[in-house]
Amino acid sequence: MSHGADNMALKSGTAAGAEFDVQRVRRDFPILDQQVHGHPLVYLDNAATTQKPAAVIDTVKAYYEHDNANIHRGVHTLSERATRAHENARVKVQGFINAADPSEIVFVRGATEAINLVAHSYGRSRIGAGDEIILTEMEHHSNIVPWQLLCEHTGARLKVVPVNDAGELLLNELEKYLGPRTKLVAVTHMSNALGTINPVERIIAMAHACNVPVLVDGAQAVSHLNVDVRRLDCDFYAFSGHKVYAPTGIGVLYAKAALLEAMPPYQGGGDMISRVSFDSTVYSKIPHKFEAGTPHIAGAIGLGAAIDYVTGLGMERIAAHERKLLAYATEALSALPGVRIIGTAAHKASVLSFVMDGVHPHDIGTILDSDGVAIRAGHHCAMPLMDRYGVPATARVSLGVYNTFEEVDVLVSAIDKVKDIFG
Amino acid sequence: MSDLRELYQEVIVDHNRHPRNFRENAAATRKIEGYNPLCGDKLTLFLELDNGVIKDISFVGTGCAISMASASLMTEALKGKTEEQARAIFDRFHTLVTQDKGGAVDEDQLGKLAIFAGVREFPTRVKCATLAWHTLQAALEGNKEAISTE
Repeated sequence: MSHGADNMALKSGTAAGAEFDVQRVRRDFPILDQQVHGHPLVYLDNAATTQKPAAVIDTVKAYYEHDNANIHRGVHTLSERATRAHENARVKVQGFINAADPSEIVFVRGATEAINLVAHSYGRSRIGAGDEIILTEMEHHSNIVPWQLLCEHTGARLKVVPVNDAGELLLNELEKYLGPRTKLVAVTHMSNALGTINPVERIIAMAHACNVPVLVDGAQAVSHLNVDVRRLDCDFYAFSGHKVYAPTGIGVLYAKAALLEAMPPYQGGGDMISRVSFDSTVYSKIPHKFEAGTPHIAGAIGLGAAIDYVTGLGMERIAAHERKLLAYATEALSALPGVRIIGTAAHKASVLSFVMDGVHPHDIGTILDSDGVAIRAGHHCAMPLMDRYGVPATARVSLGVYNTFEEVDVLVSAIDKVKDIFG
Repeated sequence: MSDLRELYQEVIVDHNRHPRNFRENAAATRKIEGYNPLCGDKLTLFLELDNGVIKDISFVGTGCAISMASASLMTEALKGKTEEQARAIFDRFHTLVTQDKGGAVDEDQLGKLAIFAGVREFPTRVKCATLAWHTLQAALEGNKEAISTE
């Protein structure tokens, strides 16, 4: 099967619209320039983690080579520089998601820790026996298990909004669940397993009409969509740096300042206090109240560099490029006999989950890897969702800013090889 | 590609498509579940022991080609063997799929099972090949709890 002709047509179509130069973008990512099993690396596992541009790698390296010191309270020059760079990164995050104030940005290890922070601090102080937390069927385990732990601790209950066959939330079910017992709605902005982009703005409006706050898991969305927390009016927004071209081990919890002010600390230690005696402790102001211990300074600075990088390219242009790629890949995979796409929501991004008749996704993953094509095979930390579709696992292609139409062609011929082997 | 063909030999593809002894057994004296949380491979092993001899061995479950074929070929290899023989075959098989080339396994002794030698080149797939075998080991030890590769 040749995709060359379609490919050309699509490419010339894009050339007229924008000047997005994917080859130039690829040169920004040193890791892409390598062979895997004798083939050029085709990295299609971006929903798991993204690669890092030289701008991020160099920024982190320069920090360690020139500015490394512990932050806050240091009177020496390096500490001042490190503190400034760290807090400057917070301002970049604020701008990136359009928060009202840098104090609404709490640095954490990742989206998982952000959600755990809310479940612990907000959850244990505000949610009690008989209360209800609404989740959805398409949540990642990181937006399920912290709430289950909270329920075990408090006697609260989970309500789960189901999805339809296409992978879209059934909002009328959400409407039914929202009631006087509801204390929180926790929903993903974009499904890591299906690619569905949820109508979070509408969900938030529905919840707020019942005075229920909403946590949005933005782990996937943040690298594919323009996120504006004030337009969404979400109460909490969680994401990980490493899924938006930044280092691992750094992430963000956004929360409205009034909520953060009222919430008790999550962890105790240095940096989160203003005065300690053995009789009592006065906590720091937000966000520092939630940042006990020496933080991942280099990670935060790296995240700032990644934000500069993606905003430099333009989130709209990144999204437009990925949208064309996804459409091209969806069409190509749909044309393959025996291949079924899981997740066909009208509004989706970047993710293409599929199964093949008679072939387990794990075998697809191994065979594709032998052609240098990196995809993910498994339950994608969304076991309830796999049960919903009656599959043990899927093979998942997830696109990033540096992927090309040619790479989709390589993917398709590698899938043909799976068929050769399994007959 | 040659490593890949070595991994997905026709026998493996065939046993995946038509697994042998793929059935439950109400007369089983031992029944145990094996689970690989990494990829979701799941199987239930039925072992019918009679005086230290494996009178019948069968399984049901879902998983990748390597795990299904491994379970299928295992049941073929072990039916009629003593518990002691089964343990010895387990050890040889385990060495075969985990040791570097030139390991001290006499592949002739393993018969058909020797086709799993190709798994060595795919470290991420070793757990797929050994899931059924670890489940067997647990069954022989009389464990009742489901076992996990993690």
